[in-house]
Amino acid sequence: MRREAPQKLSDYGPLFFPAMMLTVFFVVPFATMIAVSFFQRQQGGFYVPAFELANYQRFLSLFFANVLGFSLMLAVTVAICCIVLAVPFTYLLTRMTRKVQIVWLVALLSVLSLSEVIIGFAWSTLFSRTAGITNLLVMAGIMSEAKALLPSFGAVLTGMVYQAFPYTVLVLYPALVRLDPTLTEAARTLGASPVKAFFTVVIPALRNTITATLIMVFIFALGSYLLPQLLGRPQHWTLSVLITDQAIYQSNMPFAAAMAVFLVLVTLGLVALTVLAGRKGEAA
Amino acid sequence: MTGALSKVYFFLIGLFLAAPMIVVAGVSVNAKQTLAFPPKGFSLSWYGEIFLNPEWRNALFASLTLAILSAALAVAIALPLAWFLWRRIAPWANIFQLLGIAPFTLPPVITALGLLTFWATTGFYGQPWTAVVSHAIFFVTLPLVTLSLGFTAIDRSLVEAAATMGADDRTIFRTVVLPLILPYIVSGYAFAFVLSLNEYIVAYMTVGFTMETLPIKIFNALRYGYTPTMASVTILFVATAAVIFSLVARFGDLPKLLGAMSSDDT
Repeated sequence: MRREAPQKLSDYGPLFFPAMMLTVFFVVPFATMIAVSFFQRQQGGFYVPAFELANYQRFLSLFFANVLGFSLMLAVTVAICCIVLAVPFTYLLTRMTRKVQIVWLVALLSVLSLSEVIIGFAWSTLFSRTAGITNLLVMAGIMSEAKALLPSFGAVLTGMVYQAFPYTVLVLYPALVRLDPTLTEAARTLGASPVKAFFTVVIPALRNTITATLIMVFIFALGSYLLPQLLGRPQHWTLSVLITDQAIYQSNMPFAAAMAVFLVLVTLGLVALTVLAGRKGEAA
Repeated sequence: MTGALSKVYFFLIGLFLAAPMIVVAGVSVNAKQTLAFPPKGFSLSWYGEIFLNPEWRNALFASLTLAILSAALAVAIALPLAWFLWRRIAPWANIFQLLGIAPFTLPPVITALGLLTFWATTGFYGQPWTAVVSHAIFFVTLPLVTLSLGFTAIDRSLVEAAATMGADDRTIFRTVVLPLILPYIVSGYAFAFVLSLNEYIVAYMTVGFTMETLPIKIFNALRYGYTPTMASVTILFVATAAVIFSLVARFGDLPKLLGAMSSDDT
């Protein structure tokens, strides 16, 4: 069948419902949020239409700069940890039989679909004093007394790597599964050890994929909002937590919206970078 | 040597992924209402509690209803869109594909806040059905990606043959396309269903004060301390996800589905 441009109005029929739903329930809410970010807040949690930049001016405080700096630093750390763990893992996974791959993929999808609430609860149990891993260390005689490992930065980081690791693997999977196996075979024939072949042939061949994945995981980690609350202290709160806090508990919708718009701009900037990295990859 | 090394590496990653679930499974069978691991005594009563305690049962029921309906709506949005994009040449219509993928790519708090301001402005804030629509929009990406992939796998000459025999678009869709695309509809539905079941922030921001889904219930319960039902619910959720994804793998080609899914995602 040749694909044709729509001729009659009725050819557009299938598009009507999806286009309407996405416009009314995604584009309009998005626009509403942008509009609200310029509104003026009234006492008692209400807001009135206005055009003021006060909500954006609040960014220029030291407190906000700290939160933003921490959010970015945390997301970068999570992304780097995930890439370091996931690239060799995914590479080895794609070299396994299809059956073994499916078992791992099901496990990864199951972890990926877990609610942040559940991940937060599970890790807070694992890091707790009464039911945590320190009890095992006490039993093994390494530690003298069980203790709580949270709230702490390490707990937040562990929880977020746990959440983002399956995502990283699944983003890397298509590129690695299609990687030409003759590349490594050639390296092996020429006498490189498997580890050396991995670092000198596989990694350079995947440079652009890895860059793009790093940015995607970074965005994913930027969206984490419950783990910093459940596993960390208030100084570990991220921009996402702050947005929720302002919107729900402080009833300051305009400020929450302004922060969200800012977060969108940061994210879109990074997506643009990803696309650029991808383009460069195709050209090379 | 390298083989052994990679086995150790896989074991460690497996341990990392499984460890929290092992501990939670352990505390979920404690005989008393204490947070202890290794468990003291053995009891499955905390699993019974999910269905016997009206608060947890209502939350489970709310979550299931929300997931069933929102995944269906997500497929209803994605299917005609994917069909149109495959059937017609209309480059400007790709904007809707982009709109379908955006909510899932942006940090979730943004979609959540957008929908919160929207429902508040239109006066529907807090109505249970708004959560269904919100989740459908938030997760429409998943069926959209699996369906787009499914359509590219259909041999266009089949459709051409049907058209030559005089079938109109509607008949072609019903008799030729639908049977071929069905596995992708099912897997798209399954992905949206499982994720909706687990979703917290969009549900919380849209209906958090009027309706308790299971993730909201767990979070609210966490604030007042620990109850073992959280642990049993967690295990129930992990098991549900594992069963559903195993079924997708059993009846579909999971590696292929994921191979193209993530590349479309970017």
